[in-house]
Amino acid sequence: MPEATVILNAAAIARALTRIAHEIAERNESGAEVVLAGIPLVGDALAFRLGKILSEIWKLPVPVGVLDVSMHRDDLGRRAAPQVHPTVMPFDVTGRTVVLVDDVLFTGRTTRAAMDALNDFGRPKNIQLAVLIDRGHRELPVRADFVGKNVPTTLTEKVRVRLDIPGQPDEVVLEK
Amino acid sequence: MSWTKKHLLDIESLTVEEIVTVLDTAKAFKAVGERAIKKVPALRGKTVVNLFIEPSTRTRISFELAAQRLTADIVNFSADASSFKKGETLKDTARNLEALNADFIVIRHSASGAPHFLSRVVNASIINAGDGAHEHPTQALLDAFTIREHKEKIAGLNVTILGDILYSRVARSNIWALTKLGAKVTLCGPSTLVPKTFEQMGCRVTHNVDEAIREADIIHLLRIQHERQRKTMFPGIGEYTALFGLNKARLAKTKPDALIMHPGPINRGVEIDSEIADCARSLILEQVTNGLAVRMAVLFLLNGGKGPQEVA
Repeated sequence: MPEATVILNAAAIARALTRIAHEIAERNESGAEVVLAGIPLVGDALAFRLGKILSEIWKLPVPVGVLDVSMHRDDLGRRAAPQVHPTVMPFDVTGRTVVLVDDVLFTGRTTRAAMDALNDFGRPKNIQLAVLIDRGHRELPVRADFVGKNVPTTLTEKVRVRLDIPGQPDEVVLEK
Repeated sequence: MSWTKKHLLDIESLTVEEIVTVLDTAKAFKAVGERAIKKVPALRGKTVVNLFIEPSTRTRISFELAAQRLTADIVNFSADASSFKKGETLKDTARNLEALNADFIVIRHSASGAPHFLSRVVNASIINAGDGAHEHPTQALLDAFTIREHKEKIAGLNVTILGDILYSRVARSNIWALTKLGAKVTLCGPSTLVPKTFEQMGCRVTHNVDEAIREADIIHLLRIQHERQRKTMFPGIGEYTALFGLNKARLAKTKPDALIMHPGPINRGVEIDSEIADCARSLILEQVTNGLAVRMAVLFLLNGGKGPQEVA
């Protein structure tokens, strides 16, 4: 087992999501235009949690979709084929503000793939990015609009966000 | 799980996990086919060659569309128009295709083992689209996908494959896939076309059609392959239809939720009554739709490289 440090516990994750939700609400005055799109495997779970908090803030339902980006990645063919998850986008994104939700922002390549994937569903009015952890080391000009926690890391470390695992508390760990 | 195979040559050598990976991946690709924009850039810049040394329409078109939906370039190469008639060997043909930077060669050939041979002499990924009476792996995968979509699971199901088993690569691939996934497979047809030796593949063999389909959850019909039979293996088509054809009377004695499959092309009025082919319990056209998703999944998985699966 690699050495692991807990950097966010369950309560801290919940606080971070509440703060991100309020920042999303502050940035987007009209909630009616906003939809969330979570990137599997963890971003979709985060998106559903954010959607719940936001619908309480705005007092209206906030649509949440699941956007798999594996077919749009730029490293296909360089590594074993990624696990593909069904994309479920039960709303039109054209003319709306889409908040992409991911667990960890690292190289920025997943975000780029997500913007490409989103394009297949229409032309959003604008796209914003919410992440639970920003660990740095960007390889593309990508920046998050909403960040739960900035975590300085080395390239070899791994950040793991564990949500909804039966018998285990939610947590974010840094593996050396 | 992580897919590591470079070729799809047969079902026999796949693990249960690998089969399930294809089916899960295909599920996501089926959803792509239901969108307004049905194309993804996953195989951009890659070249797929359809090398069909035996005629085929639906499999070739299915692979062609699958490659296009993945943004690959596709070239069709068929026996009639090729250098085969001028005496070029399969190996030389494949090497020529590789010289054009083909990344994938989808091959159909009348000789069993032709895809395996190619996989040893060229660097491209080889996909078996049917080799003689040996295997037709993507057909079995799309059949398993279709069954799973309707019955949610495959383990424990009774699947009856009815017809020309002896000459059928579809039957062999299906037997491998379904038994690996835990189904109970029954084979039925004229004794000349369904020899008892198939019991060695873990199937039950019977020559009584009513008994074979009584408890079936899936009735999988196969076409009589006149082109593969050296001499007639049964007295006549009329007799085959009378003894083994699926008609209303026979279907009435099956489980009410038993579903009917056929890899096509169907011979209406021979192995299946016209009415039954079009009824609500027939999955024949769904199989075609699912074939596209499964072939996209196979191309996508084989396109993977050697690096670790995990995203950095």
